[in-house]
Parts: sequence; C-alpha cells; structure tokens
Amino acid sequence: MKTIQFREAVCEAMSEEMRRDEAIYLMGEEVAEYNGAYKASKGMLDEFGADRVIDTPISELGFAGIAIGSAMNGNRPIVEYMTFNFSLVGIDQIINNAAKIRQMSGGQFNCPIVFRGPTASAGQLGATHSQAFESWFANTPGLKVIVPSNPADAKGLLKSAIRDDDPVIFMESEQMYGDKGEVPEGEYLIPIGVADIKREGTDVTIVSFGKIIKEAYTAADELEKEGISCEIIDLRTVRPLDIDAVIASVKKTNRLIILEEAWPFGNVSTEITYQVQEKAFDYLDAPIVKINTADTPAPYSPVLLKEWIPNSNDVVKAVKKVLYR
Amino acid sequence: MKEITKEVYLNWYEEMSFWRKFEDKLAQVYIQQKVRGFLHLYNGQEAILAGALHAMDLTKDKMITAYRNHVQPIGMGEDPKRVMAELYGKKTGTSMGLGGSMHIFSKEHRFYGGHGIVGGQIPLGAGLAFGDKYFKRDAVTLTFFGDGAARQGSLHETFNMAMNWKLPVVFCVENNGYAMGTSVKRTANHEDIWKLGLGYEMPCGPVDAMNPVAVAEAFDEAIARARRGDGPTFLELKTYRYRGHSMSDAQKYRTKDEVAEYQKIDPITQVKDILLEKKFATEEELKEIDKRVKKRVAECEKFADESDFPDKEIMYDVVYEQEDYPFLAHKPE
Repeated sequence: MKTIQFREAVCEAMSEEMRRDEAIYLMGEEVAEYNGAYKASKGMLDEFGADRVIDTPISELGFAGIAIGSAMNGNRPIVEYMTFNFSLVGIDQIINNAAKIRQMSGGQFNCPIVFRGPTASAGQLGATHSQAFESWFANTPGLKVIVPSNPADAKGLLKSAIRDDDPVIFMESEQMYGDKGEVPEGEYLIPIGVADIKREGTDVTIVSFGKIIKEAYTAADELEKEGISCEIIDLRTVRPLDIDAVIASVKKTNRLIILEEAWPFGNVSTEITYQVQEKAFDYLDAPIVKINTADTPAPYSPVLLKEWIPNSNDVVKAVKKVLYR
Repeated sequence: MKEITKEVYLNWYEEMSFWRKFEDKLAQVYIQQKVRGFLHLYNGQEAILAGALHAMDLTKDKMITAYRNHVQPIGMGEDPKRVMAELYGKKTGTSMGLGGSMHIFSKEHRFYGGHGIVGGQIPLGAGLAFGDKYFKRDAVTLTFFGDGAARQGSLHETFNMAMNWKLPVVFCVENNGYAMGTSVKRTANHEDIWKLGLGYEMPCGPVDAMNPVAVAEAFDEAIARARRGDGPTFLELKTYRYRGHSMSDAQKYRTKDEVAEYQKIDPITQVKDILLEKKFATEEELKEIDKRVKKRVAECEKFADESDFPDKEIMYDVVYEQEDYPFLAHKPE
C-alpha cells in the first residue's frame, strides 16, 4: 500500500487508463495548462500532449456534446466539469444524448464516456455552488452514477468507469481532493454497483456515500463510547444501487439511517427508504430516518450553512432515535 | 467536383421523387394512424440532400441532422423499408421500433441521427468530426439543423470550438423560413443566418438550395476545405418546406400564394426540366421512373405493414451495454 491524496488517485486512474488506451482523452476547463482547477490532472498535459489533454472554453453544453459525438465515433472521453453545478448548462447533452443514444438507435451506438468533477457543497460558496445532483442523474436510465468517498475507492472505481461501455457520472468533492488514504500498489479495479461495508456493527445501519460519510464515522466513534455499534455502508455507486448490501445489513441491525448531502425531496435516501420497506418491511424495528440538507438553497453565512448541512451530531441524534434511547 | 452527368440528373430525379413520394406516403399512413407521434416531412427540401450526397465521399463521410430525418439515411444507403418500419414502430425498423419518426439512425451507413431536441445534434456533429480528426480518418461530417436551431446556444458554443480546433465539419442550416410557426424574421434582428459564421471567422455564405447543382457546388468547396484540414464552413441553405412543421400544423402563419411561389421553383421540377431540355430523357422515360418510384414506395409500405411489433423484452435490452443491468421494477409482478 502507499498513501496518496484523493486528487492523485484521480490523476493516477486517468493516466494509467490513458497509457493503456489511445482512444481516451481528457477534456474540460483548465485541465491542461493549469493542471486542473483542483490539480486532479497535474502533469497529464506534459505526458499525453495537447491532443489528449484538452483545454476548453467555458462552454459546458458545447464540449459535453462534442465529447459525446466523439464517443459515438470511437473515442472514450473523460469530461471534467469544474463542478457539477456547472453541468446544468450542459445537462441536455448528458440526459438527452449520452444516456439515450443507445436506446434511441436500437443499440446501434453506445456512449463510453465519463463525466467527472466535484459535487455538493464546499464551504461558504452560496446557493449556486453547493448543489448535489446525484439523484437527478441517478433518475435517468442509461446513466451510471458513482460517488466515491476515499482515494482507494476513487482510483479503482474511476478506472472501472473509464473502461465501462456506458456513460458514467463520477462525482468527487473539492473538500476531498486533499484527503490522504492508502491505495494498493499496482493496478486494481473496483466494480461499479457494489457497496462497501466501511465499518461492521450490530445495532444500527448507516448508509451514506461521498464526502458526507465522514460525519457518520465521527458519529460512530462517539456512539461506540456509549456502547452503540454502528454498521456503516458506503454505497460508492448510486446507480445501479446495491440494495442487497443495504437489505442484508438491515436484516442484521433492524434499524436504518441514511445520510446524504442533498435536498430531501425525492433524493437517493428516498429511493432506499422505499426499497427497504418493500423488501425488508418485517425486519424494521423503527421507522427509517433520512438525514439530508435543509429543503432550501444553500445559505452563505457560516451560522446558517452549519445548520443547513448534515453533521455528526445529527447522526448521533438519529441513531438514538431509532434505538429509542 | 464530380461532373454532373446525365446519370447524375437521372439519379437525382428518381431519388428526389422517391423521397417526395416516401414522405407523401407517410402523411397518408399517418392519417390512417399507422404512424403516430410527431411527423416532420422534408417535402420541398430535397435538393439539399441530393446536392450534399453528390459532393460527399460516401465511403467515409458522415451525416447528422435533427428530426426532419426520414430521407437522409435512405440517401446515405439505408434500406427505406427499414425506415418506414421504424415509423410504424415495428421490430424490423432501423431502431427496432424504439426510436420512431424523430430518431432514425444508421451506423452502417454513417448516418448519426435523427435528433429530437432542437440544436442538440450540433455539438454531436462537431464531436463526430473531432473523432475523425483524432484518429486521422480524413472524413468529413455534414451537420444539419434548421433555422430555429440557429438561435440555440449549442450552435454558438460549437461554432467557436469547431473553428478553434479546425474540426472537419460542415455546418448546414436548412433555412425553410419557419421555426415551426415563427418566421425567421421574427426570431432575430437579422435574416441572413449565414452571417452568424462571421463572428467566428468561419467561411460562410448563402446557397440557393432549391437547386441541387448550386448545393453540390457549395458542399464540394466546403467538404474540400474540411478535408484539407482548414476547418469548418457554415452554409445557409435557403429552402422551403411545402408541408407544415409537423402533421398537426394548420399553417396559419403563411399564405397559399407563398407556397405556390416556391412550388414554381420546385427542386424536382428543376431537375426534370433540365433532363427534358438537355434531352437526357423523354417524358415517357420519366413516367417509367415515376412508376418505379411508386412501386418502391408501395414495397416499403407493405414491408412495414407486414412486419411484427417488437417483443417487450427489447425495451430493457437496448439501454445499457452491460448485459445484466439491474433495472428497478415499475409495477407489481
């Protein structure tokens, strides 16, 4: 094992795959000469040249479409969005073209493409720069949606995403790029659609994904002192959803909390809640609890933002609620 | 440019007539409710396809367009029976009945759709060209769209990058005068759409697109420019559609006189006049072609009529390349 930053894991995954397959290129704002807005493509222009590491103008719709067109014609593009907040001006291309081209053409064309970049909030950036659209993308048949929470998962999953023959949304976080973690030496892949039990426990299941899962770890540490054992499941992939992993855990703990940084209406937690009541109704000893962001645009002021975003105290409270303590 | 010989004119006459009659047949079976959904017909704009095909290298060049897209794949080489079957929603259709009128594709013949969102295919066309340039394939992509799409942001973002990266693409606006029911003059402070290319320093200009010879000449120059690595061209193909935007269009935005004026310069009539004038064909010979066209259309209708509807499982088979994708259930078993 070696210890690297999250951004280095992303860079290693892209670089290893680009060495392996000439059809892959990286395109986006500031990815080349600037080395990436968050330095996730540091050194890649030098290694692969300007034909394969491509700076774009600020035209998220246009370059998404150009990348998709090239994917219909033999390329396997990686498109970086500086954040997924900016993907909204290009989302027509993702939803109407990348996700549907295979179906609409009766299987004649496919679209092997990865859209990657940070998702959700990253400090006091206000309403337009703090959004999590995982559930929007995950709602769309034709797409796959991956949201890793540490460097090792990021590397193994991004390599799988790049090799996947379907369009993949790969969501990172500005606040994770500096996170360090152990990563296996040499090549490895992590399969898409498989959740990971980050901590085993017996009293309650906490399901989460992406950077917010760290709040669950903090809460679990605290609860352990009180003799409460939490099982933490990292979904890693949101679509397809590894519901079997969640159900297996619920059958063991009989209690479920879902922690997701997203607006509460119709989000990933909502879908999990539906599926668990459908598939494991008799195993639940308490109503499922969702912990999400406030049902408002993200505020700027630090006091308000702290209230808006879920934290470990919310998780502790929720655990005690489902345990009736 | 390849010479426009007697054979070319004869071929134009037959194919343009076939496209016209194919579309007329679709209008007819639409009224019979054999074809449903939206139906956007090409009648009047046939010189564009005829001229473009003459200038293209059909062994490698590509085409992509919007939802007025039934005859282009036929021109590129797709079997018209399969196109008609697609409109009938049959399993023998080009997309096995999953696409419908607005989404015709033919990978084998390098026709890349068939796109339902106005302007959404413009960056895709540049992307196809990007791929050809990336892999040094020496191919050119013709990217078609309507005058309505010229007002979409996708056009401007794509023009900018395509020019900056010198992509081998020809952008072609088929200006038929109306974005659905809104005339070109009501959508912008200018009427010469080709001038949009000027802001990107993209070679651009208008083309008399009721005349296939003028169209072929314009495309020949534009395709040559793209092929030698000098990047995109923007052509404004001034044309006219005789039918409404789609079948539900009452056409209150224009007069019958206006339609009649354009029918005087009908592209098929222009080709016919040349054939007769140059004594390339007699009236009798042209009537033989008309008969053949009628028969070909009837064969398409018969094929579509007699084909089966798709099996229900196909709905799940075509969404992902992954074979065992775990779709959610959508109703109780």
